[in-house]
Amino acid sequence: MILIEDLSKSFTLHNQGAAVIPVMEGASLSVAPGECVGLTGQSGAGKSTLMRMVWGNYLAAGGRIMVGGIDVATASPREIIALRRDRLGYVSQFLRVVPRVPTLEVVAEPLLALGTPPETAKARAAELLRQLNIPERLWGLSPTTFSGGEQQRVNIARGFAHPYPALLLDEPTASLDATNREVVLRLIEEAKARGAAILGIFHDEAARARVCDRLVDVTGFTPKVAA
Amino acid sequence: MGMMERVAVTSDQPLLRVEGLTKRYGSRIGCADVGFDLYPGEVLGIVGESGSGKSTLLSCLAGHLRPDEGAITYDRRDVLAMAETERRRLSRTEWAYVHQNPRDGLRMGVSAGGNVGERLMAVGARHYGGIREQAQDWLGRVEIAADRIDDRPAQFSGGMQQRLQIARNLVTGPRLVFMDEPTGGLDVSVQARLLDLLRGLVRDLGLSVIIVTHDLAVVRLLAHRLMVMKGGRVVEQGLTDQVLDDPQHAYTQILVSSVLQV
Amino acid sequence: MSDYNFAYLDEQTKRMIRRAILKGVAVPGYQVPFASREMPMPYGWGTGGVQVTAACLTPEDRLKVIDQGADDTTNAVSIRKFFQRTAGVAVTERTTEATVIQTRHRIPEQPLTEGQILVYQVPIPEPLRFLEPRETETRKMHELEEYGLMHVKLYEDIARHGQIATSYAYPVMVEGRYVMDPSPIPKFDNPKLSDNPAIQLFGAGREQRIYAVPPYTQVVSLDFEDHPFVASKADHDCDLCGAADSYLDEVITDDRGGRMFVCSDTDYCASRRAEGHVGRLGTDERAA
Repeated sequence: MILIEDLSKSFTLHNQGAAVIPVMEGASLSVAPGECVGLTGQSGAGKSTLMRMVWGNYLAAGGRIMVGGIDVATASPREIIALRRDRLGYVSQFLRVVPRVPTLEVVAEPLLALGTPPETAKARAAELLRQLNIPERLWGLSPTTFSGGEQQRVNIARGFAHPYPALLLDEPTASLDATNREVVLRLIEEAKARGAAILGIFHDEAARARVCDRLVDVTGFTPKVAA
Repeated sequence: MGMMERVAVTSDQPLLRVEGLTKRYGSRIGCADVGFDLYPGEVLGIVGESGSGKSTLLSCLAGHLRPDEGAITYDRRDVLAMAETERRRLSRTEWAYVHQNPRDGLRMGVSAGGNVGERLMAVGARHYGGIREQAQDWLGRVEIAADRIDDRPAQFSGGMQQRLQIARNLVTGPRLVFMDEPTGGLDVSVQARLLDLLRGLVRDLGLSVIIVTHDLAVVRLLAHRLMVMKGGRVVEQGLTDQVLDDPQHAYTQILVSSVLQV
Repeated sequence: MSDYNFAYLDEQTKRMIRRAILKGVAVPGYQVPFASREMPMPYGWGTGGVQVTAACLTPEDRLKVIDQGADDTTNAVSIRKFFQRTAGVAVTERTTEATVIQTRHRIPEQPLTEGQILVYQVPIPEPLRFLEPRETETRKMHELEEYGLMHVKLYEDIARHGQIATSYAYPVMVEGRYVMDPSPIPKFDNPKLSDNPAIQLFGAGREQRIYAVPPYTQVVSLDFEDHPFVASKADHDCDLCGAADSYLDEVITDDRGGRMFVCSDTDYCASRRAEGHVGRLGTDERAA
């Protein structure tokens, strides 16, 4: 479902004498349907960079990123928009939403974007929020006012609202208490059971051990300091 | 008017195709060699500082200015070859234009209901009750209380005026909406409310939107794709979050780094 | 006769105005620009109508001039005298006898006939002006038949007053093409504009526009399906001649609320009374 081959990335800093900083080289990995692959490596080794490239947020300098039938490395924006709409989900560490929009709608939005009838979408959103123990009295409020843990759970609910066949998870259990951590891990297991291919970053070692089928150390993708 | 149906996202014909668009003011360049495709349901943001050519481009696209070179194809029709009658008919049926200053897009001497109803009447609506009902419905959608229908826009706040302008533009179910700094000059909280409204309308009505702004936070939340302009030329375009988070062009890097966290 | 050229204007000017009139007749409802002249009367006193009349008159014509239906008001009298003096034409107060009728704010009650010319004095010829002040834009709107704005005006009326409150200068569509301001005639007169055997010419002196409705042209008053046009008048009969079908003026008769309603068309009222019709307060002329 997710196939990465010989992927490389560099940043060109035009405002600092056009310095070219290579950050990744020869990255290759694959994630099969129903499989969860964890990225490991020290902070700054490029785990997030790799995830962002799969998401289409960072441009690749070379190589291939096959997801849901398209090569994200060369796809047009339109293809990536469509990919994100129905085939690729992303739970990032940060919640970025329009202020003022009620939590229930934030969570239902991926479904609404797919044309799901509003009642169905909101029912699914409510179900997830309940599972993740967001009190119902908060559903009508914007999550921008929530605590970090609450925002994280809203983000997870949103990421799991639609059964994407491929899913990117960036620290999904960070800043969660034991109860909610358990809920999230079960959601991941359910997603795997229905055949989702999951690529994730988990600092929580116990969580990693429980849901990940394989680990890939991104340190191996760090460019050799030949230059 | 059947506006609630969602437009298929995977439509493979662009709604608008722009090629090599150039507009000069004497020897000065307004915009040069601009090209892009816009598909149904897509929101394209155009950013750049004052004088970057983004407003000139929008005026050329909306038919307010005639470009010197290039081609504009709307729904397989050559816009620049159209008779003015046809183009003006388009701009009051399938197209809409939201001005930065609501005073430029509203009739200040006409009630809110009359403002919303004008486009309906312009395309032949002749049943007062029906027009009023639709106006009322649209005021509701943009969160203006029903009992304000007979008030004039001058009695509205800036945010309300802007919402009224949007209702007035969308009542005939356009497919392509041009927006020039629609949240400019509004308080931050009012901006957020308007952004939320626009997002919902774009999604529910399957609108294609071209939005010109200098506010990167606005495009981040509203636009699927982003075009960065400088000196009349497009220096970079791509997926909005990609352009903002991994800008490739020197100018875009300056633009992104010179704003506070977006 | 006097030392004036026939009908005051010089022949070149009359030719210029006639060209404008002919163009107006050829394109019913279209406002033709013309080089309006200074006339020996102030703007607002019918200078547009006077120039059109001057360009139409021949020595054989018989002229009638009315102001709000009356032949004997200052404005009507002075214009009538002007043409008696400068053209030496015959004048009349009888609608049926006149070949050219210049009018301000009314159409005579007596149906007009083929060969007659009705000349309207027009203050503001542009019906779209109320909502669109830019001349360039209103011209474009006429060119492209973008008339939604006219209905906005009527919409505003209903929204504010519960009905179309416009009671004079009520906009019309001419021959399915141009929206036209019929000059400030009461909307009661609007139906008479349509399918009329006479030539109807409109002159706006200050605004320098001439337009026309040729004989037997379709003229439709704008309205809504659920608020149809109604040619209303005061719900009374004429207190002098008893007419139930003519447009009435309300006249205050004392300071205790006393009032009477009389035909605004003085010739029509007088003719009826001469025929023996008597209203509530009228006296039988034949008996008198």
